[in-house]
Amino acid sequence: MITEDNQVKPTRESAELENVAIRFVGDSGDGMQLTGTQFSDTSAMFGNDVATFPNYPAEIRAPQGSLYGVSGFQVQIGSVNITSPGDSVDMLVAMNPAALKTNIGSLKAGQILIVDTDEFNSKNFEKAHIDVNPLEDGSLSSFKVIQVAMTSLTREALSGMTLDNKSMTRSKNMFALGMVYFIYNRSMEHTVEFFEKKFGKKPEVVEANVKALKAGYYFAETLEIISTTYQIAPAKMKAGTYRIINGNQATAWGLMAAAHNADMRLFLGSYPITPATEILSELTNYPNFNVKTFQAEDEIAGITSSIGAAFAGNMAVTTTSGPGLALKTEAMGLALMMELPLVIVNVQRGGPSTGLPTKTEQSDLLQALYGRHGESPMIVLAASTPENCFNYAFQACKLAVEHNTPVILLTDGYIANGSAPWKIQKTSELPKITPRVIKTGDHYNPYDRDEKTLARSLAYPGTPNMEHRLGGLEKDKSTGNISYVPENHELMVQIREEKVQRVQNEIPLLKTEYQEEGDLLVIGWGGTYGNLSAAVHQINKEGYKVGHMHLNYINPLPKNVVDIMKKFKKLVVCELNTGQMAKVFRINFPEFQFHQYNKIQGFPFTTVELTDRFKELI
Amino acid sequence: MEVKQYTFKDFQSNQEVRWCPGCDDYVVLRAMQKALPEMGRNKEDFVFISGIGCSSRFPYYVDTYGMHTIHGRAAAIASGVKLANPNLSVWVATGDGDAMAIGGNHFIHLLRRNLNIKIILFNNEIYGLTKGQFSPTSLLGQKTKTSPYGNIQPPFNPGELAIGSSARFFARIGGNVPKEQTELFIQAEKFKGTALIEVLQNCVIFNDGCYTKYTDKEVKDDVQILLEHGKPMLFGKEKNKGLVLKGLKLEVVTLGENGVTEANILVHDAKESDPTMHLMLARLKYPLATGIIRAVEDATYEEVDATLEEKVKANAKFKTVDELFFSGETYEVK
Repeated sequence: MITEDNQVKPTRESAELENVAIRFVGDSGDGMQLTGTQFSDTSAMFGNDVATFPNYPAEIRAPQGSLYGVSGFQVQIGSVNITSPGDSVDMLVAMNPAALKTNIGSLKAGQILIVDTDEFNSKNFEKAHIDVNPLEDGSLSSFKVIQVAMTSLTREALSGMTLDNKSMTRSKNMFALGMVYFIYNRSMEHTVEFFEKKFGKKPEVVEANVKALKAGYYFAETLEIISTTYQIAPAKMKAGTYRIINGNQATAWGLMAAAHNADMRLFLGSYPITPATEILSELTNYPNFNVKTFQAEDEIAGITSSIGAAFAGNMAVTTTSGPGLALKTEAMGLALMMELPLVIVNVQRGGPSTGLPTKTEQSDLLQALYGRHGESPMIVLAASTPENCFNYAFQACKLAVEHNTPVILLTDGYIANGSAPWKIQKTSELPKITPRVIKTGDHYNPYDRDEKTLARSLAYPGTPNMEHRLGGLEKDKSTGNISYVPENHELMVQIREEKVQRVQNEIPLLKTEYQEEGDLLVIGWGGTYGNLSAAVHQINKEGYKVGHMHLNYINPLPKNVVDIMKKFKKLVVCELNTGQMAKVFRINFPEFQFHQYNKIQGFPFTTVELTDRFKELI
Repeated sequence: MEVKQYTFKDFQSNQEVRWCPGCDDYVVLRAMQKALPEMGRNKEDFVFISGIGCSSRFPYYVDTYGMHTIHGRAAAIASGVKLANPNLSVWVATGDGDAMAIGGNHFIHLLRRNLNIKIILFNNEIYGLTKGQFSPTSLLGQKTKTSPYGNIQPPFNPGELAIGSSARFFARIGGNVPKEQTELFIQAEKFKGTALIEVLQNCVIFNDGCYTKYTDKEVKDDVQILLEHGKPMLFGKEKNKGLVLKGLKLEVVTLGENGVTEANILVHDAKESDPTMHLMLARLKYPLATGIIRAVEDATYEEVDATLEEKVKANAKFKTVDELFFSGETYEVK
């Protein structure tokens, strides 16, 4: 049995790294998401900056050992600012041949590969369509390969326990994590505590996982092939209390914070859909915070129940992903026509149709902006990092209830599932939200407007003397009664458009990053922020003058977009679609020439492909 | 809190009613405006929600809170209103196409969940507002704009669909009987749970006379049975016909014939939770069952939800969202 004391420890060096990217890959049942999360959380608590990228198949438990069943979790940690999980990795942990085959292309030459040799057998080669054992054919000669019989070593470590073989084998991910902890000088404390808290009622589960973790750690300590261990110092971050948060959780919490600051009940009408479901399930935990969730019979009932709740005075939200947004469009038109406050969160995924449900894409932009019948302008925001999903969810709610209009918030699968350190914000530090509503009086004209913002005021059912009817039919501009007068309709269409455009007065001016003027301006929006920022950082380090302009307010756009663009010789719009924002910019700013860089593979940009394209343009 | 006193005029809006002359919708509107003051609730607490169709104009004409929304979605929108503020008295005005074609999904799920919402289903067996296409309750063989050779889609029986969807309350009423309607609306308001009232509404333009054989004053008493809870199932001008159970079917018998007495006649039990008899009554063609066919008290969705909320509150680890945000695995950066 492997313990801390009974092994010979080889002498080895210790080296300092600025940042390191690691990918854990295995079967979808191998616990790779948990392993990766533990490594990220441990590193974050140590003080590193962190960015993660979980990448999992649409199948819940694909056939074991198959290529399409491979599930992965990539994490980059650093003592420097980390904006993305990185392209290629410094360490790959592959739990079986299929995982190795599908991921080895991402491992940097000369770097570390850890494999579980117990899984490298003819049965698994066949499942992964591999003819020759890659551990023996020389194909891995450019890497530092650490071959470990992980399954049998884990079983050995747990041999005294009354567990069946299957349960023992399940802990091998912790054996792998233990090894990685040793190599990167991480403490095991956080993971031990995690198991104690989570499985306190099942002591044998805690014991098995902790034993496997420690066995992996001490086993790594004995290996001569590990000639160096690494230190990654804490990053310089703003002082405060932090936690690791993913985009969906941050969205859910931002919604709760907004309802709290508006002193309203939060109502979420929703229908499960990948990758948005987690917002619904997260919010169902908190009826005690005046949160009402309603899992409806379909996407349409998700939004229409929210419209009902908005009318009755709740902070109303519906959450979905692309296909669901399509189903909701008619109801969005109704909310817009009745000028009710409503937040529609769209966690984008690869489309069209079922498309790539577990992969990321930015291809719903035009749907969000224009995908409705009639003239139906809507405020559109896009969050750009896991942690700022909190702020944009908050902001979406604020704009909705202060302007009495629907607001679309776009996030995507990449930031929804990815996590990063979040400097926790107190609700008292966030802006106050003041819903436009009339609570007393003897007369109410539903379509009277604020002169400055053109927003109307609501009166909730239950308020005496304010009885009124709203509807989808066009209304008279002053009384709100049904009107078919041609000029009135034209005027109302203009008012609804103008109302959205005037929101521009309330949104912050844009600032570029890295350069205020130069040879190239990289224009991005939404979830690509981290990858674009990493690439622009890199190319500036190489001596180029490239700026980065990133949009969170899509409609209306910030006022100073033109001023910024004028200061650069060339402009390139980078998106995970075929060029939807580029189209929008060409319509809005015909005086500029826009280059494009696009990727539609269900994956985020890599630094290399971006910098290559930037150099080509300069 | 003291409830204000109202008359039916208080529930008339300033909007001109735009239904076709002679439409049963006028009857229902007036019956409702007479029922509302009798419900013992403040005017501001009523909300009428409708979808699209002739009958969906209903909310414009009732001076309460209301929404005229989109086709088929009234049940879902009403659910949101009720969940957001359970103190409101929420009513849905819908038609056969609105509720059972485009809005079928929301309709059955509202009935299943049992929110305390009242649905008035204006069933005229035709699409009126789009000028005469067959609806999900149009009869087989019925000639309409979109079935010139006769309808080949078998119809829904709304009562059967509703009870099959776990409806706790189902009633059926003629379109031209305002007094009975007013009474029924008051009963529905008193009932705790989703209540569905099917109104046999004549469309004077596109399906005129579709219910004449049941609702015409001459024949009405002989072909309809007005069910009352706890009373024997008797009908006919002379109240001498009644229903008995023969095997698994209802059969019409005449008092005094073949030794039949009132003791042999079935007694209506609207509160029986087993839906078998209510389904048989809903399906019956002769006589056509009207009145409250089913009224089974059950916990409402919002009651169960509120109880759950209280329980979660009592055991909640965190009192505020800030406590939650700062809980668990946090760390300090200095």
